[in-house]
Amino acid sequence: MTTASGQKGGQFLAQGLPRLEAVVIPIGALLTGALIFSGFLLALGKSPAEFFALIYKAGFSSPFSWQNTLSRVAPLLFAGLCVALPARLGLVVIGGEGAIVLGGLMAAITAGLMLGTPSWLGLPLMALAGAAMGGLWIAAIGWLRIKRGVNETIASLLMAYIAIAVMNHLVEGPFRDPASLNKPSTAPLPEALRVGDMPIGIDVHWGFAFGVLACVLSWLLIDRSTIGFAARIAGDNIRAAQVQGLPVGKLILGFTALGGACAGLAGFFEVTAIHGAANASLVAGYGYTGILVAFLARHNPLAIIPVATLLAGIEASSGLIQRRMDLPDATILVFEGIVFVVLLLSETLYGKIPLFKHGFWSKP
Amino acid sequence: MSAAPSVLAPPKAAIGIEAVGMSMRFGDFTALDHVTLKIRPGSFHALLGENGAGKSTLVKCMMGFYHASDGGLLIDGREALIRDPVDAQRLGLGMVYQHFTLVPSLTGAENLLISRADAPAVISWRKERAALEAFLRKMPFSAPLDRPVSRLSAGEKQKLEILKQLYLGSRFLILDEPTSVLTPGEADEVLGHVRALCQAGEISVLMITHKFREVSQFADDVSVLRKGKLTGSGPAADLSHADMAQMMMGAQLPPSETARTAHNGDVVLSLRAAKAPDRSGLGQIEIAQLDLRAGEILGIAGVSGNGQTELMDMLTGQRKLNAGQIQVHGRDYGATRREARALKIRALPEEPLQNACAPRMSVAENLAFRDFDQIPDGRPRLWKNSREMARRAVELISAYQIKTTSPHSPIAALSGGNVQRAALARELSGDVDLLLIANPCFGLDFAAVAAIRARLLAARNEGVAILLISEDLDEILELADRILVMSEGKIAFETSAENADTAEIGAYMAGHA
Repeated sequence: MTTASGQKGGQFLAQGLPRLEAVVIPIGALLTGALIFSGFLLALGKSPAEFFALIYKAGFSSPFSWQNTLSRVAPLLFAGLCVALPARLGLVVIGGEGAIVLGGLMAAITAGLMLGTPSWLGLPLMALAGAAMGGLWIAAIGWLRIKRGVNETIASLLMAYIAIAVMNHLVEGPFRDPASLNKPSTAPLPEALRVGDMPIGIDVHWGFAFGVLACVLSWLLIDRSTIGFAARIAGDNIRAAQVQGLPVGKLILGFTALGGACAGLAGFFEVTAIHGAANASLVAGYGYTGILVAFLARHNPLAIIPVATLLAGIEASSGLIQRRMDLPDATILVFEGIVFVVLLLSETLYGKIPLFKHGFWSKP
Repeated sequence: MSAAPSVLAPPKAAIGIEAVGMSMRFGDFTALDHVTLKIRPGSFHALLGENGAGKSTLVKCMMGFYHASDGGLLIDGREALIRDPVDAQRLGLGMVYQHFTLVPSLTGAENLLISRADAPAVISWRKERAALEAFLRKMPFSAPLDRPVSRLSAGEKQKLEILKQLYLGSRFLILDEPTSVLTPGEADEVLGHVRALCQAGEISVLMITHKFREVSQFADDVSVLRKGKLTGSGPAADLSHADMAQMMMGAQLPPSETARTAHNGDVVLSLRAAKAPDRSGLGQIEIAQLDLRAGEILGIAGVSGNGQTELMDMLTGQRKLNAGQIQVHGRDYGATRREARALKIRALPEEPLQNACAPRMSVAENLAFRDFDQIPDGRPRLWKNSREMARRAVELISAYQIKTTSPHSPIAALSGGNVQRAALARELSGDVDLLLIANPCFGLDFAAVAAIRARLLAARNEGVAILLISEDLDEILELADRILVMSEGKIAFETSAENADTAEIGAYMAGHA
């Protein structure tokens, strides 16, 4: 390390190896999960090759399948951010589903109050209402953590059930559209308050673009801003952050609120672009798949984009797999669950693989 | 396993233990240097020494946690091979730790039973209860067996710990600061029982302590360790507290040869009647008056656990005051980032990797904690400047001789001395008026210690006010201009460095003068 080129090489290794490690280990976990799941399929007498071929066919092979996939990406992007943003502060928030459901409901209620409002005014207000509701919901979890030391993982999970119950109650009671008979819903949104498709040739709604934008903005916040830097200090060692006088409580509130706002936007787009009203269809499990998305992406907002796309494709293939392979709907959940367990196990590998250690390369 | 301890075996007599020329080296560091110690059968032997003097290392070698680099152990005059704590227990050696090792949710009886190596797979409680009661009848004291341990008082828990060792058949007990968590009344009671057991010839005891009063009152013999060497030994009755302090602290140090420029600066930091709860929540930290001037190092001496950590927490805003105030330059100080920055206050708690660094972030990032969020003119900065961070890091790494493969390596990969250097580089760079620092040299090698102490003195000579909290009295005697002794959450004693008398300081540290 005496020459200038040696130092350059050292810097490259010191910065590059951890990044490479953070890419290789999750991909390895995904492949290992697929391998174990193949064993599960073989035990059922089904062909793993056919399964993965169908995922490709239904999710990624044609413009139609890409349309099928991309229309499911938006909620996963937002739900992934709801996990990844608080994760910067060391908080494991797994109740994004609750913020999605309540965000969607609030957007639908707001729309109901503004019938006849033009799109340019109505849609931003609906989005704002959804984001504010989701933000408050998850920030409440941050607040409980700061003030009372309540475990945020358990609180967020339990509050998701409360959120779903509240939504069902309101949709079946005060806000029910009398015309919705079999499936209690809020009043259908007027056409002016529906978000349409992007002008890109396939039918993918604007939620995808805004989801990608949210990921890029979150990345700027976490990776490039001083606020994100302060959050990383607090997430890595809260005592060090306190000794430095950093406002740890405000950071926790801010990041949980921001994560919740993202989930609320997921609900807004589900209501305005997909369902056209708030009802039990909002409880689609995106909040839970978002946990897997964020963990596979190692809480990096930019990595959330490809990971969410991959998982959206897998979920999009669920129907085809059901029909062609005669497997139940839940098969995809088994696959995701296995991948998640392997992924959590793979966390123990960081820093243990010689290939990613500085010494492995710097010694002759 | 015929040698397995059993309550039903007739009680053997107390055993005598002798450590012969025991040495323990960790790398280049000699923690224990040819220590020979003899504990007569049935005697109560006290082991005195400051923090880091080698007391724990010695007993860990005896118990088989460590394998001594040199020397050996005699049990009743015969050489004993102790490979691990299981061997030690089989030979009748038992240890009661400073912190309780009972299972809080289990009752006393359950705790005793599960501690046995031969605990039965199916427990016949009727039979075991009878055996336990028979055992307790033979003991000079008892402890409640039916309540969960979590509901026992500290004194009852300590008695149960000792009973557990007797139940396991230990005939030689090592007590590691057994009274540190007890009230004086409880301490006297427990030690009285232990002494009675020794006199009855049931056990021999080696007690680690730094309380002189307990030594004079209960011990037969005393040995003193200092920096890994045995500095004195003899009957407790023949030694005065001053003798013990002298052995513990060593001879008076010659005045430090580092050039000191005289300062008589303004008061920078002052505490008035500042009160806060201590870590246990039961006691109170109460600093009646503390003033620190510019260009002065104020040393806070004391045995660990007497409120120094809490004092640091109070000064860094991590422990709320119940009453009183902390002022800097005459203004109330709440330890927010803005205040600390405006008043040029830096803080470095003990064990920086745990308390002052983000271990998974890089060295460069850790070096930037103080000023990543402001531009040089002091206005807030929104976008992080990674290039500037890396440039500053390279500067500080070379100025403070921090050994790291790269500024981008995680700081946790550095050695302790280099983490300390990095943390010190961060806290001392720029304009500093007041530095709060705790145990800056704990666990570091000589070179690192010398470098860090030189940095502190240089800062002092430039007019920085330094509050140095340290458990190492030598460090305080070398660096401080003025010395305060903390004991049981209060400032017990104050002296100037010139007039400092180690024996006197030692007595106040031990909590009675």
